[in-house]
Amino acid sequence: MKEMVNLLWVENLKKHFKTSYGIVKAVDGIDFTIKSGEIFGLVGESGSGKSTAGHVIVGIYTPTVGRILFKDQDISVPAIKRPKRLKREIQMVFQDPASSLNPKKTIKDIVGLPLKVHGLVNSKEELEEKAAKALEMVELPPEELMYRHPADLGGGEKQAVSIARAISTNPSFVILDEPTSALDVSIQAKIIKALMKIQKDLNLSYLFITHDLSLMRNVASMVAIMYLGKIYEQAPTGMFFYNPLHPYTKMLLSSIPVLTDEENKMKPKKVAPKGEIPSAVNIPPGCRFHTRCPFTMDICKVKEPNFVMVEPGHHVACHLYNQK
Amino acid sequence: MRTIETHISIPKWIEELELGKKWYKFSRSPLSLLGLVIACSTIILALLAPFLAPYPQHAGFYHNFMESCQGLSLKHPFGTDQFGRDVLSRTIFGFRYSLMMAGVVLLLVVPLGVILGLIAGYYREKIKIIEIVIMRIADIFIAVPPLVLALAICSVLTPSVFHAMMAVSLMWWPWYTRLTYNVTSSLKEEYFVQAAEVTGASSSHIIFKEILPNCLGSILTKVTLDVGWIILIGSALSFVGLGAQPPTPDLGTMVAEGGNFLPDFWWISLFPALAISYTILGFNLLGDGVRDTFVEER
Repeated sequence: MKEMVNLLWVENLKKHFKTSYGIVKAVDGIDFTIKSGEIFGLVGESGSGKSTAGHVIVGIYTPTVGRILFKDQDISVPAIKRPKRLKREIQMVFQDPASSLNPKKTIKDIVGLPLKVHGLVNSKEELEEKAAKALEMVELPPEELMYRHPADLGGGEKQAVSIARAISTNPSFVILDEPTSALDVSIQAKIIKALMKIQKDLNLSYLFITHDLSLMRNVASMVAIMYLGKIYEQAPTGMFFYNPLHPYTKMLLSSIPVLTDEENKMKPKKVAPKGEIPSAVNIPPGCRFHTRCPFTMDICKVKEPNFVMVEPGHHVACHLYNQK
Repeated sequence: MRTIETHISIPKWIEELELGKKWYKFSRSPLSLLGLVIACSTIILALLAPFLAPYPQHAGFYHNFMESCQGLSLKHPFGTDQFGRDVLSRTIFGFRYSLMMAGVVLLLVVPLGVILGLIAGYYREKIKIIEIVIMRIADIFIAVPPLVLALAICSVLTPSVFHAMMAVSLMWWPWYTRLTYNVTSSLKEEYFVQAAEVTGASSSHIIFKEILPNCLGSILTKVTLDVGWIILIGSALSFVGLGAQPPTPDLGTMVAEGGNFLPDFWWISLFPALAISYTILGFNLLGDGVRDTFVEER
């Protein structure tokens, strides 16, 4: 196996929003690294801050605190100040395919925009050719779609166009913000398959943001669980699903519906899901999960657990393991 | 999954297809079609007035007191006014002045208002001061009713069509700024704008190529509806003597002049007044049709 080099470092990243209700701590201090060629799954419930984290990394928001390094370059600055070369290398696929394509433009112009912006094409013909190539990679027929408008396409096709736009500039890192959550199940599989193939072909790294844990088991090489703006458990996929440690992870894993006995055996002991994610304005003191945790101890209510390594590569933030 | 059944590779064709769809949608409504017919007829009358009017020379200085204040007849279907001029001919020429007023005002107002609105909307969160300055100035202008300010300006300066147009323009741009500002500030939250930003597209590309095309439907609707309003205000100014001056065959001026001869010689006022209503009705119906066709429900 070839050695993997670190592509993206995220250090103590925080993003707070001032609103009329108070300060929303959407992302409140997360650390992780993504190696080149790796698929990093960032999993969490709605409201856990996972999408915000993606948006900060791609440059839609400027981090409140913290550092983001991409290929040893600091990119924790407003998007305008990022070098253009890095914008070419970091691309994003958005959650909602309906809103991520300009309804007034043709598919060719949509896919060709990043190419134009980065001066990768010199003529109309070249633009057409490269856009067609990108569409072919996502298994769309260019000759049929090039001059269509997004309204003529189905949801899955729109998302595929969105992916084609993201990969048209030949980036090294793509952030996928719930790329399949708005799609029919039958189309989801197709999109995931295309994404995996592209990842192999172009040796891309993905930050795969999703709430679908069972999907991560199949695609990710590293999984991190986010809860209320913090990462609570992070491990290589195998370890993560074989030996989940955090009560929240167990709760999520035990609530995945399964079909066979074999799958059932793999599931951790039932931890009943309880309550809902608290508001990011009023974050509970101590461990953020203690309001829903079945194993709550006194210390959980006052002291935030440290993020410790329990086995090689397997980190968890929980007082159950901090004591060891 | 596929929603396409035809195989087309010629871009021009698609353009026509898109327009064809729009036309189909528009033509479903008889009222919109009526509006289109009326609006087109006023424009044709205005453009071809010298050829269509039976007595083109009656549009300017002309008098023939032998024929003054004659009722409706075959020779003068709309009668004649106090100077013996053919009311039909003058009404046809009247469309010229009314539509010219609307045209000039909109030509000045729409680009200015739209660009300011785009800038204010796009930089709403990025550079707050731009939005504050533009939108508060717009608010100040919106607070003054256009007719009242136009009256004030035209009574201070010499009353003329030019000053009336300037006054109305001065009052009209903030509405376009407001409209575009609102559309822009919701559009810029859309992922396609963020995608363009993230990939490094310039602000001018995002404003004019990504956002503006999505505003055009709303703008076009407002333009069509405003034609009627501006004609109304122009006619009102002329009616009180602050717009076009006699003997210009402006519809508002004609209604005002004829007012002195009511009720006996009713046709002198009535036909220009009906012409104003006709134009406004047409453009309002057309505006409704344009809105239904081009402004998609979000």
